Amino acid sequence: MSAAAPPPAKKTNRLDLEILSYRGGRSTLCAGCGHNAITERITEAFWEMGVEPWSVMKFSGIGCSAKTPAYFMNASHGLNAVHGRAPTVATGAILGNATLPAIIVTGDGDTASIGLGHFMHMLRRNVPLIYVIEDNGVYGLTKGQFSATADYGSKLKTGVINDTQPVDCCLAGIEMGATFVARSFSGDKRQLLSILKAAISHRGLAIIDVISPCVTFNDHEGSTRSYQYMKDHDEPVHEVDFIPSFIDIDVEYDEGTVHEVEMPDGSRLRLKKLDRDYDPTSAMGAVRAIHEAKASDEVLTGILYLDQDSPTLIDKLKMLDEPLATLPQEKVRPSREALAQIMDEYR
Amino acid sequence: MSTDQVVPVASEASASQFDPSRRVVNDFSIQVATVNGSGSQTANSVLMRAIFQMGIPVSGKNLFPSNIAGLPTWFTIRASAEGYIGRRRDSEFFVAMNPETAQEDVMNLQPGAAIVYDEPLKLNALRDDLHFYPVPFDKLVGPVCPEAKLRKLVRNMIYDGVVGWLLGIDFEEIRKALVKQFGARKAKAAELNWNAVLAGRDFAEKNLTKSDPFAIERMDKTGGKIIIDGNSAAALGCMFAGVTVLTWYPITPSSSLAEALIAYLGKHRIDKETGKATFAVVQAEDELAAIGMVIGASWAGARAMTCTSGPGISLMSEFVGFAYYTEIPAVIIDVQRVGPSTGLPTRTMQGDILSNALLSHGDAKHPILFPSSPEECFTMAQQAFDLAELFQTPVFVNMDLDLGMNNWMADPFPYPEKPIRRGKVLTAEDLDRLGGFARYKDVDGDGIGYRTLPGVKHHAGSYFTRGSGHNEKAQYSERPEDFIHNMDRLAHKFETMRGHVPACDVQDRAGAKLGILCCGTSRDASEESRDQLERDFGIRAGYLRLRAWPFGAEVGDFIDRHDRVYVIDQNRDAQLFSLLRLDMSNERAVKLRSVRYYGGLPVDAQTLTDEILKQEGL
Repeated sequence: MSAAAPPPAKKTNRLDLEILSYRGGRSTLCAGCGHNAITERITEAFWEMGVEPWSVMKFSGIGCSAKTPAYFMNASHGLNAVHGRAPTVATGAILGNATLPAIIVTGDGDTASIGLGHFMHMLRRNVPLIYVIEDNGVYGLTKGQFSATADYGSKLKTGVINDTQPVDCCLAGIEMGATFVARSFSGDKRQLLSILKAAISHRGLAIIDVISPCVTFNDHEGSTRSYQYMKDHDEPVHEVDFIPSFIDIDVEYDEGTVHEVEMPDGSRLRLKKLDRDYDPTSAMGAVRAIHEAKASDEVLTGILYLDQDSPTLIDKLKMLDEPLATLPQEKVRPSREALAQIMDEYR
Repeated sequence: MSTDQVVPVASEASASQFDPSRRVVNDFSIQVATVNGSGSQTANSVLMRAIFQMGIPVSGKNLFPSNIAGLPTWFTIRASAEGYIGRRRDSEFFVAMNPETAQEDVMNLQPGAAIVYDEPLKLNALRDDLHFYPVPFDKLVGPVCPEAKLRKLVRNMIYDGVVGWLLGIDFEEIRKALVKQFGARKAKAAELNWNAVLAGRDFAEKNLTKSDPFAIERMDKTGGKIIIDGNSAAALGCMFAGVTVLTWYPITPSSSLAEALIAYLGKHRIDKETGKATFAVVQAEDELAAIGMVIGASWAGARAMTCTSGPGISLMSEFVGFAYYTEIPAVIIDVQRVGPSTGLPTRTMQGDILSNALLSHGDAKHPILFPSSPEECFTMAQQAFDLAELFQTPVFVNMDLDLGMNNWMADPFPYPEKPIRRGKVLTAEDLDRLGGFARYKDVDGDGIGYRTLPGVKHHAGSYFTRGSGHNEKAQYSERPEDFIHNMDRLAHKFETMRGHVPACDVQDRAGAKLGILCCGTSRDASEESRDQLERDFGIRAGYLRLRAWPFGAEVGDFIDRHDRVYVIDQNRDAQLFSLLRLDMSNERAVKLRSVRYYGGLPVDAQTLTDEILKQEGL
């Protein structure tokens, strides 16, 4: 008789934290909802990257997606704002404390309809945060109306055909100033996790449009956001491999098969060529590829665009390095002499 | 030019009313009618400042169109030895520079008024009961301003010379005011304009004979005072309050507040050691974004604000309810203008009292501060930040266009002696000691919970902020008991505020049966009307000026001490009156009477006096 086997060693990250420290509340979304898979990947990405969980700021708008920040990283502060306006509160919070990483999880209603204006201006500003769009082409919480990302010609459960052009959030991102633009599929664990980790180490605005099927209202034949449709039409532009700065591995690749990018924190992004030569640093090339894919009913996924040079909103504001939120009075209230001098100017 | 054209006309009719021996000194209004974009603002400011420098209390009101150049604009300077600075209904001394409005302007003057006008307009043909002073501006401007392009701008300075001579203004004071206006860097422009002033003076001296009774004489009532617009004063208040985040969307009449603040921050809030900013400013894409950013920044712990006007307030409605319910501080300065809709965007109104008090859907109410002067713009901006953070709630500061954009005489602002108050924020050390916290629990009995800021390094430091139903621990809840418990606590928090907002200005008069109650810029007309009632009609009235909503206990006491209380509103729907009636018991509410003015100009004392007399049956 042998004694009971010792419990397996607990898996911890570089902060010596288990993944449990990055978990949130129980999801109340439908079983099989793509959003739950995205929640899982976000949890894993922050854990694997060893981000201090209490340092993260989480934001959302309104809709099914907006509930999800409550389902990951309970140790982080979260703000579930009003419909479509998450970019505004997140921008404000970053002004208040630019030292904290921030993530917004939104849906296609938030981003492409009611909040399209804020989305566009967040892009223009290159606000340093991760912006995940849980894109299912419908309004789930109000029971299945089309959203503004629904493809032309796609069909609702009720048989209604969409006859308006969709907003392509990735094209908007590239055009308007996002510096990291990716598209993925909630069903592609490996790709989505790598993209999220790369986004965490990016300094600037990372837009990740994740096709996330709505099992209740948009997973039927004729939908272009169903699991089946994505299985048939997902077209990765490369294989995304992310090697964090703190992991020391070196894999040999054949000459010319990998596009390697060094991230600002020293991490390495390896984009392995598939059947095309995709250059994510070319905005023109990215836009062209997305349009061509659309014409042939393909959904391009991967890191579609990357710009590591453009300044962020925070760079441009030239603020103190410490958070504005907690500056002491002597830093924020000018002196008695300053007031006296100003008063003299009005005499 | 024949000499008979420039002889002023003093009619027989006016001579009896204005006996030249009965001079009117330091107690009249000067109104200048020009075209906007013609540089008249400079000429008017110099005139006003020169009178101010001579020690006479003044106020300046600019009545301007929603336009950049070419439409009529009127500027009124009131000189008042008694120190009344409200608008007067009539002006006694008129300068007619705008051919478009000149005829109507002349017809509107009271008999005996004086009018300086552009000679080709031949206004003296219209009436014979005014003192006419024709001036050939075009002929005078040529020699002093060889550059034709600048003549349009310099031309207006000529009337400063003419008016200065007619009223006996000290030309040395005009010169000083002019130099101050242009600053050291624009010495050449100041010189050019000074020559225009002299040309006007010399012309008047040689060609005009003074026949009107109006005169400016030196006094000593403005010593140590400043002249400032309310928007700049509020901007200064925000800077000394320690604002760290400003997000805004341009809208008249609040834009100049944001712009003044940006300029001041750039000058006085750059960290000396690092050369970096201790603030962030973002011009948002709309007012929804502006308030959203304020809420996000405040949630993260910044002292954040926005400034706007009525249409912007409408757009902020949903977010303000969110901040109320999630208990996030926000400072919103509303420089009110005339609505609804675009309304009269360059005219003044107390139009957002009710909407701000109750902004958003569901049950929501928000404190409002009502500054009435530049001094109060300065102090109340600071109080607004403290209140917002102490009570974790949006706070409105209801200014208006009259206060924000006009120039006011004021005492120099006092340096804030009290430390900045940041409210109930728990640090990691606090959490160690307490073991944890419940975000929406009323620990102290004042209705105010404790919050933590994002980034606090503690396992029990986080909470989830949501606009949906939540319990004391900030967890999602749809339970009726949780909802009621929370809403009752919010109501209790609002009640607590009554003792913390700025107290009313109460001035009793012995034996007064009537009371006059007002807020904000109704102050000047109300105080003057109160004096008119007593001086001209023997009616004594008590006076209460509200500085804030929620109202303090002194409001009810004031109503109790009087038989009837006239509530002054600069809006059609009696918004302040309505808010009082919502708040007061029936016994008190029935004593309230409403006096309203809503023409878009700052209300004047005579209008109030007339209406009160009418309601009194006199």
